[in-house]
Amino acid sequence: MEHLLNLFIKSIFIDNMIFAFFLGMCSYLAVSKTVKTSVGLGIAVVFVLLITIPVNFLVEHYVLKAGALAWLGEGFADVDLSFLSFMVFIAVIAAIVQLVEMVVEKYSPSLYNSLGIFLPLIAVNCAILGAALFMQEREYQTIAEATVFGVGSGIGWMLAIVSIAAIREKLKYSNVPAPLRGLGITFILTGLMAIAFMGFMGIKL
Amino acid sequence: MSNQEKEPMFSAKIRKIFTTPLGKENPITVQVLGICSALAVTVKLKPALVMALSVTIVTAVSNFVIAALRDYIPDRIRIIVQLVVIATMVILVDQFLKAYAFDVSKQLSVFVGLIITNCILMGRLEAFAMANKPWPSFVDGLGNGAGYGIILVIVAFLRELLGSGTIYGYPVMQKLGVYSTGYENNGMMILPPMALIVLGLIIWFQRSRNESLIEKK
Repeated sequence: MEHLLNLFIKSIFIDNMIFAFFLGMCSYLAVSKTVKTSVGLGIAVVFVLLITIPVNFLVEHYVLKAGALAWLGEGFADVDLSFLSFMVFIAVIAAIVQLVEMVVEKYSPSLYNSLGIFLPLIAVNCAILGAALFMQEREYQTIAEATVFGVGSGIGWMLAIVSIAAIREKLKYSNVPAPLRGLGITFILTGLMAIAFMGFMGIKL
Repeated sequence: MSNQEKEPMFSAKIRKIFTTPLGKENPITVQVLGICSALAVTVKLKPALVMALSVTIVTAVSNFVIAALRDYIPDRIRIIVQLVVIATMVILVDQFLKAYAFDVSKQLSVFVGLIITNCILMGRLEAFAMANKPWPSFVDGLGNGAGYGIILVIVAFLRELLGSGTIYGYPVMQKLGVYSTGYENNGMMILPPMALIVLGLIIWFQRSRNESLIEKK
């Protein structure tokens, strides 16, 4: 239990998706103009990660990994499909995003109205595929570990996008040099925030 | 296939398609595409070059394939079709790197796989390849890949030179003898935040040289 809590804190603050790995930067830059929309996108990302990471974990362990197909019988014990993982992961993510969109539309129209426009975008958000690939590379052993890692990364991403959106709202009233306006200042601000987040690296978990 | 077209292969229009993404329509600093994977691989020049080359190849070839198929792809499922084409190309590149440049492939780790979700690919496929012939689309892919590569190389050059005192692994600072004057490498440059700040400064520089790119209030 303690181990899972450590992993959770670590994936939010220390291995933050944006500040340590620059994943999901495209939507981070494009959708961070107001706090309201960035909260919507953040929740959608957490939600999709919560579902896709465990599913991809199962796919990895029972289909893709070397020897993972042993449950099919003796003959399959030495099959290694790991070279297919990019294609399978992205297909799983695209399919689940589509599915989530349909389920949310049917059962919670109000949630759909607030998340709706963001859901299709998420299929090509690097943070989702990135989390799946990190899950594969770091070889998490149990599905609980993978899920905690997924949710933690999502919350870390949301934290980053909501805080930059809040800063950018205030930034409208400040006098930024013209060529630096918009994209330039956002990059530099993100850099400064990343330096602040590096302070968390000192925490021993 | 390009022979069937009326215009010559390297007409002024084709050349323009290639050169605009290098500067005025740069995918990273102007179109804001493909930043995800751009920053993490720029600590050293070598992985940055390999990454730039891989992205250029994948963009150009998948642009070409999608442009050739564009009349046969049903509109509703085009995203999936595009992802499959891109993923196939990325798997090929990844397997190639694993076979012939294993150390670089280890350094790039998950970022080769992340080319799939690189926004440059989807962006160019949607914006250009779905509406143009294969040859211009191929050139557009090359141009955008190169524009992406230029920024990657500039960032990696600065970070490697100032952070490790080397250029492509060659110890420039040591050979020049600047260490004896009390100069020290700036360890900060190797850390992730500096990639963002260096890129911010490049954007600042580019926009102050080219007034038309400045964002309206």
